[in-house]
Amino acid sequence: MDYERGEKRSMSTFFTITDQPISLEEVVRKVIRPEAGAVTTFIGTVREFTNGKRTLFLQYEAYVPMAEKMLAQIGEEISKRWPEAKVAITHRIGKLAISDVAVVIAVSTPHRKDAYEANQYAIERIKQIVPIWKKEHWEDGTEWVGNQLETKAYPTGKPEGEDLI
Amino acid sequence: MITLLFFAYLKDAIGTERLDVAHAPMTVGQLKRQLEADYNLDLRHVMVAVNEEYALEERTLQQGDIVAFIPPVSGG
Repeated sequence: MDYERGEKRSMSTFFTITDQPISLEEVVRKVIRPEAGAVTTFIGTVREFTNGKRTLFLQYEAYVPMAEKMLAQIGEEISKRWPEAKVAITHRIGKLAISDVAVVIAVSTPHRKDAYEANQYAIERIKQIVPIWKKEHWEDGTEWVGNQLETKAYPTGKPEGEDLI
Repeated sequence: MITLLFFAYLKDAIGTERLDVAHAPMTVGQLKRQLEADYNLDLRHVMVAVNEEYALEERTLQQGDIVAFIPPVSGG
């Protein structure tokens, strides 16, 4: 079995890892419905400069089956907090150039406030629990972001509290 | 048999993305300590998923488990 390729179709097309460019419209279309009065979208793109250092391109890798499960879990968490929200998330893996779209999150709700809040909740949770990693390719080398040199980590070496929901 | 999966910098450090090891009665935490010793690694910041779900250090591994070592994530 290949654990890193995103070609396999997921159980739910609402929460998908892909190795192909993401269509914003396609993700939005999944959450459009008559009950919705608002759709918020978050588009994560590849940034050229981080702390003054120039990125040439990024390489994203995922533990695909688990990443899709965790995206679906985030969808369930959102359903508990915002029962009327509908969510779709697609994250891209592989080699991405500057300004390429790495992730699209679409949330529809009857009223706009919930759509904004639920969307922000989704991206924050992605950065906590979804097994996806990016490798920076700089002019003078490479580094996996989130490696042991980063401050973003679990001090006890295991997920804590709500990460285990 | 237990299957071990490694990602991101851990895959580079171990030198492979997958190891199949003989099943022995041990916990997730004990397996981590063993890998730390065998590969001279610090896995304190590494989470573990068993069969695609995050697992605590106390969890006992079973025959056929797929154990993924998950460094701090950086998606988004």
